[in-house]
Order: sequence, then C-alpha cells, then structure tokens
Amino acid sequence: MTAMSSVSIKTTIAAKPEFKFGKNKVSANNVNVFYGDKHALKDVTVNIPEKAVMAFIGPSGCGKSTFLRCLNRMNDTIPIAKVTGKVEIDNQDIYDKALDVVQLRARVGMVFQKPNPFPKSIYENIAYGPKIHGLAASKSDLNEIVEASLKKAGLWDEVKDRLSDSGTGLSGGQQQRLCIARAIAVSPEIILMDEPCSALDPIATARIEELIDELRENFTIVIVTHSMQQAARVSQRTAFFHLGVLVEEGTTDTIFTNPNDSRTQDYITGRFG
Amino acid sequence: MAFEVVADSLGAQAKDSSKTVANIAVRRRRETIFKICGLLATSFGLITLALLLIDLAAAGFPRLSWDFFTNFPSRRASQAGILSAWVGSLLVILTTASIGVPLGVGAGIYLEEYGRRNWLTSIIEINITNLAGVPSIVFGLLALGLFVYGLGTGRSIFTAGLTLALLILPIIVVATREAIRAVPAALREAAYGIGCTKWQVTRDHVLPASLPGILTGVIIGISRALGETAPLITIGALTFIAFLPDSPISSEFPFVSFSWLFDGFTVLPIQAFNWISRPGSDFHANAAAAGIVLLAITLGLNAIAIYARYKLRKKLQW
Ligand SMILES: Nc1ncnc2c1ncn2[C@@H]1O[C@H](COP(=O)(O)OP(=O)(O)OP(=O)(O)O)[C@@H](O)[C@H]1O
Ligand SMILES: [Mg+2]
Repeated sequence: MTAMSSVSIKTTIAAKPEFKFGKNKVSANNVNVFYGDKHALKDVTVNIPEKAVMAFIGPSGCGKSTFLRCLNRMNDTIPIAKVTGKVEIDNQDIYDKALDVVQLRARVGMVFQKPNPFPKSIYENIAYGPKIHGLAASKSDLNEIVEASLKKAGLWDEVKDRLSDSGTGLSGGQQQRLCIARAIAVSPEIILMDEPCSALDPIATARIEELIDELRENFTIVIVTHSMQQAARVSQRTAFFHLGVLVEEGTTDTIFTNPNDSRTQDYITGRFG
Repeated sequence: MAFEVVADSLGAQAKDSSKTVANIAVRRRRETIFKICGLLATSFGLITLALLLIDLAAAGFPRLSWDFFTNFPSRRASQAGILSAWVGSLLVILTTASIGVPLGVGAGIYLEEYGRRNWLTSIIEINITNLAGVPSIVFGLLALGLFVYGLGTGRSIFTAGLTLALLILPIIVVATREAIRAVPAALREAAYGIGCTKWQVTRDHVLPASLPGILTGVIIGISRALGETAPLITIGALTFIAFLPDSPISSEFPFVSFSWLFDGFTVLPIQAFNWISRPGSDFHANAAAAGIVLLAITLGLNAIAIYARYKLRKKLQW
C-alpha cells in the first residue's frame, strides 16, 4: 500500500461519525488453536462489542479465519483441530460440554469467503435454516421470514419474481447477499464474515459494505478482511493478527491513525503482508 | 553467473529455432500415429461387440414371440419359454436390491461421514476393496455354507438375493463413498454454518448432491447381479422349472405375501446356459433369444439410470 492510500484511510476514518460502544458480546480468553502439531493461534484474548462491526486484519496465514471459526465452533468439523482457552458469548462459555453446538451456530451465523448457496431454489436457500430450527409455525410465517431476510440483505427487489430459480444462478455479488440473507434468516445475534467480498467486483463490494453498515444496528458483526480500506470503512473496532498472535486491538480509529505496535504500523502502511 | 546462464540459454534458443520446426513435424507425426492406434483399439472393441450382437440377434430374433415369454421350459425347443426364468430374475434382483442397496449406501455413508479414521475403519476399508475382487463362485460357496446349510434359508430366492447382495455390496459402497467425497466442502460448511446436525447435513445436502453418483453404482451393481450365474448354480438354483413362485399378492389380509422368497427359482442366464449346453440348434436359438432378453433388460436398466441421473442433476440446480 502506498502513502496515498494511507492518507485516504485517514480521511475515511476522519469522515466517520463518533461511535458509542455497547457492552461486550463476545469475550475470548487465552484462546489457542492447534492443527495437529501446528500451533496456529497463540493466547488470543479479545472482547467484541455488541451491535458494532469488528474487523480482523493481518497477513495471510496469521490465524484470522482460525479465530473466527472458534466463535461458532466451526473448528469442530476439522478432526485435527484442537481449541483451548475460553470463549464466552453473553457470559456463557460456548465450549461448555452442556452447550448445544447446533444451537450455537443458529446464534452465530457465518458468511464464507466464496459465496456458497445451496444448490436449491432462492426461496429454499433462505427457508431451510428457519425450517430446521423450527422458527416458522406456518407457511405464511416462512414466507414472511424469507421476504424480510431478503429485504434486509438488499436482494429482495432483484429476486422477488424468481424465488423458485436456482440460488447458484445468481451473480457472485447476489449470491453473497443471498448467503447473508440465509444467515440472517435464522435470527442470529452475531454474524461472522470471512473475507465476504474477496470474490466480488468493486460495485458488489460497495453494496455489501453498505449492507454491513446497516446490519450493525441489529447484529454484532465480525469481519475478516484483507482490505485495509474496507476495515477502515466498515468497522468500529479492529484487531491486528500476526503469526498467530493478536498484536493489537482497539478502535478502528486508533489502529489506523495511531497504532501502538510497530508491527501494526508496518502492516497498515503496507511494509509487509 | 546467473546472468550468463540466461544469456547462454537465450542464444541456444535462437540457434535452435530451425530444430524446433523439425521437432514439430516429428510431434505431428507421432500424434497421427497415436490417433490411428487409438482408433484401432476402439474399433476392435466396437466391431467385436457389433458382430456378437448381430450373431445373437440373427440366432435369437426368430424365437422372440409372446409365447416365448409366457411358456415354461419344455422338452420341445419350439414350445420352451422363459416365463419361470424372467420371473425368477425379477424376484431375485428385487430381493438383491432391497438388501444390497440400503446396506451398501448405509455403509458408504457411515465410512465416509461418521467413521473415524482409525485402525478399525482401515480394516473395513481394505476388506471392502478386497471383497470387490473375490471371484463370484467364492460368494456362491460362502452362501452355500452359511445361508443354505448354516441358516437353513434353502435353495431359495431369498438365499439368491442375499448372495448377490453380498456380491454387489462392495460396488455400491465404493460408488457411494466416491460420490459423497465429490461433494464440495463449501456445501458442507454452508450447512454446518447454519446450524445443521450431522444427520441434517448428510440427509439434506450431501445425499441429494451425491445421489446421481450413488445411483450409477447401484445400477452397475444390479446389472452385474443380473448376469451372474456361477454363485446361483452353487447355491442350487434349478435349471428346469415348470412352476412360478408363490404370488406376492394374496386374496386374504394383509394382501401381500412373502412366501415366494423361499421358493425354488431359476434365472435368465442359467436358463440360457442350460439351453446352450444341449445338443441341437433349436435349443441354441432359445439360448440366443434369452440372451437378447437379458441384454435388453440390462440396457433398459442403464437407460433408466441415465435418465434418472439427468433428472436428479437438473433438480440439483448447481
Ligand atoms: N484445516 C487446517 N489444517 C491444518 N492447518 C491449517 C488448517 N487451517 C489453517 N491452518 C493453518 O493455520 C494457520 C492459520 O490459518 P488461517 O486460515 O486462520 O489464516 P488466515 O489468517 O485466515 O489467512 P488468510 O488471510 O490467507 O485466509 C495457517 O498457517 C494455516 O496453514
Ligand atoms: Mg482466512
């Protein structure tokens, strides 16, 4: 990244209104993740405020996705992954044996790097989650959920006449918004997004960023991104990861204008990563 | 140093440009030779198959008539039919599929989705692969010892179904596993991410996506079972049957009957084998006709499979 763009990041930051943080939604304490022998995440401790956007940035392979996947226990699906430490959501330990991981994933939705709609109709893509979680009592309930979710994801107008078409027939940007709608449909409290825009063009990206900003009102959002610009634009807090360590965490403001650690400074000014 | 090497190779390239042209000509010629070899190899198989079919058709077609399907075998070739054979084949295959498909697909799902990677699953895996290579006569011997004598299931349709189910089990298991493995990880992640249980992921996403592949395996297995002769002769299938198994539909409650499962039987390939081993060209024509029927059933099954696969793929909306 050039000096030019770091200046424009500063203008982006300066243009953003002051943000008042609520209470913490998620708190992680000394989280370690091992893939077999590989120690991928080292003693990560961080709080994530509710109804705000928190961005995770850092060079490739530093453990951003790994940490994100700790928050909805997606790492459980990788046989060699082992997680230690404590992650609490609303002061409830999510790695507690008594906790139902299926329930957890309904509360903590996820949007992936590559849009991955189900090979089913647009309607079914959204309706499936509410159905399996028993959120709709009737067919008309379900219709309402589908419509509301697609509206919140800003996709309704584009697809309302073709709900029975395949979800995979949409454009990349539309597919990603469909995936966001699918996540919203089960009324999660937290939405995790792992580089949601990396497969999209600038216009579709801008659309998703707008959407993230709107969703912040009702959801706690954690986003992994490689774009410093994006982090500066959409997030209120930012955490910088490097080699499996959380180097620094603070308001997006501070991280981008006045970071404490020289590694953060180097990364945001584009000296590595 | 490095620079010199680069410069050297550049010079070499320039000098070699005439060589390259010659080289291309050689490569072209090689390609032509390979094309001809490939064509020969392909046509060898096709022509042999065509000749075989023509021969079969010429010998068997005149015998194909309504009577041929509705008559029992007879001492007189012109009156002999395949009624007991095709009914037997149908019932045996029905039994085979009812046992083999759920077992095979279930085992495939278990091994791929649920089975932890440990020594036990490794042993099971090796065994299944080996099972696929076991000669069918060995299955017959096993069935004779285990089912006919051990469990006392008799020389029946049920025993035949069990035996053939064992025979096609590895085919179905392997096909199921491969089909499941081909399901993209992103689909699984999407399903888990929304809060699916493992079973919901399997039932609602993985299975529908892998159904076309599983179906292919099932059909290959069933086609194989349809043509098997050796294991059925081993367990004591009859070669001359002038009666039909009990009807599966009965006039009294509960209107279905399963006593046919324990009746004696014959199947098309055995009937054909029986006829071909008799002297006299009349019976040989009968065998050819039975062969045509068997072939038609197999091709029909494959056609159904292709159609169903096409329909399923369309429904998937990738
Ligand atoms: N399934 C896995 N098995 C083994 N090692 C893994 C696995 N997933 C990630 N790792 C390793 O863990 C480390 C962190 O990976 P992670 O995917 O969290 O990085 P990341 O910060 O998200 O990188 P990127 O920006 O490229 O997505 C990497 O060194 C990676 O090789
Ligand atoms: Mg990642």
